[in-house]
Amino acid sequence: MDEIRLVPAFLAVLRRDLSLALRAPGELANPVIFFVMIASLFPLAVSAASETLRQISPGVIWVAALLASLISMEQLFRGDFEDGTLEQFALAPQPLAVLVLAKLCAHWLITGLPLVIVSPLLALFMHYPWQALPQLMAGLALGTPVLGALGAVGLSLTVGVRRGGLLLALLVLPLYVPVLIFGAGSADAAASGLGVTGQLELLGAMAALALTLAPLAAAAGLRISLD
Amino acid sequence: MWTWFHRLGSPPYFYEWAGRWAPRIGVLAALLFAWGLYDGLVLAPTDYKQGESYRIIFIHVPAAWMSMMVYVTMAVSAAIGLIWRMKVAEVMARAAAPLGAWFTVLALVTGSLWGKPMWGTWWVWDARLTSELLLLFLYLGYIALNAAIEEPRQAARASAVLAVVGVVNIPIIHFSVEWWNTLHQGPTVTRLDAPAINIAMFLPLITMALAFMAYFAAVWLMRARGELLERERRSRWVQRVVAEESG
Repeated sequence: MDEIRLVPAFLAVLRRDLSLALRAPGELANPVIFFVMIASLFPLAVSAASETLRQISPGVIWVAALLASLISMEQLFRGDFEDGTLEQFALAPQPLAVLVLAKLCAHWLITGLPLVIVSPLLALFMHYPWQALPQLMAGLALGTPVLGALGAVGLSLTVGVRRGGLLLALLVLPLYVPVLIFGAGSADAAASGLGVTGQLELLGAMAALALTLAPLAAAAGLRISLD
Repeated sequence: MWTWFHRLGSPPYFYEWAGRWAPRIGVLAALLFAWGLYDGLVLAPTDYKQGESYRIIFIHVPAAWMSMMVYVTMAVSAAIGLIWRMKVAEVMARAAAPLGAWFTVLALVTGSLWGKPMWGTWWVWDARLTSELLLLFLYLGYIALNAAIEEPRQAARASAVLAVVGVVNIPIIHFSVEWWNTLHQGPTVTRLDAPAINIAMFLPLITMALAFMAYFAAVWLMRARGELLERERRSRWVQRVVAEESG
């Protein structure tokens, strides 16, 4: 092992995770279906009046996105933890954090991006104003990677625990709050025709911070869980 | 200085040292509580706007300070345990968590009791209340993770990572909640210029804060001793301690 090449390793992990996911296309749709279902519960529970729905729509869409990304978190590490792939990753000469980042990118493409793509459907259901749609989608596109990165840290610590799903939610939901505040805040401001640059910039800053630091923390967490 | 620190890293030495100091600090805490409560509840003047009910700040504000300080203390101990694999530091972090969680509950409950006469409601989604509630959730997550992993060293290391991640996140959570909504009065003591509080109210407040700190230190050391005995129950020094205690 005379040279440690990061980029090929990163791309190999990315390609592996993507092709694994594409071989089970049925599972790909599950987080999206969950996302749409949660949002469709609100008109039934609260009210079908379009004015009420429009008022709560930014929050509902964001909470639904947050829960959908939380519930799809498990598949990031669970399978690879159980079949020993993660142990091989930990033994690889490349830093584990880089491989975790590759897995995170693949995970976002599989679970985060579809949420962004179907969000117009939710906007339609919730009577969210059409002209604010680009801002809503931009916010989701910046916010969902943060949710994934924070979730990866929580998951890395709980992946060894039996029935760790609920525990994962307890650990990461408080950490999700800033994303929710600025995400829903930007969607709300956009719906009332206000500028959202500030909120989107903050979401972007959080994404940059989370994607640089969370893989390190998740790698440390995985090493502890693999012990 | 460093030899002293290194010696504290040895469980039997720490156990004995904490056993000597915990009661002394406990007495100090009792004295400070007695003086602080008398000064705050009897001697301090009545507030011209809030009347007598402002006196709850002598419990509420120190509890809120402690809730944050204990989290940082816990995260620092956890990080020391994680980096240098110091068993005593791991035990200290674990012992601090329930105390911090209770300080947070105390701050929330007293704040709510104060909010009823002042704001006319038990609970508002105000920035500081919300971040205090989220802090409680962080504590509960830490405790839950610690309890979920059976192997004590692995539990300590995993929850240490969580505590450190939490410390990085606390300022982000705090400021995002701050910008989101605010009704709570701004900080009156921790300002860079002179405190915006009457000196006759400030002194009991500081006394109470010191009392809370001493109480925390005493109970923390005692809890750490208990944790240590349980974790090291198979080692020879614990068996010797047990033999001595039971005569």
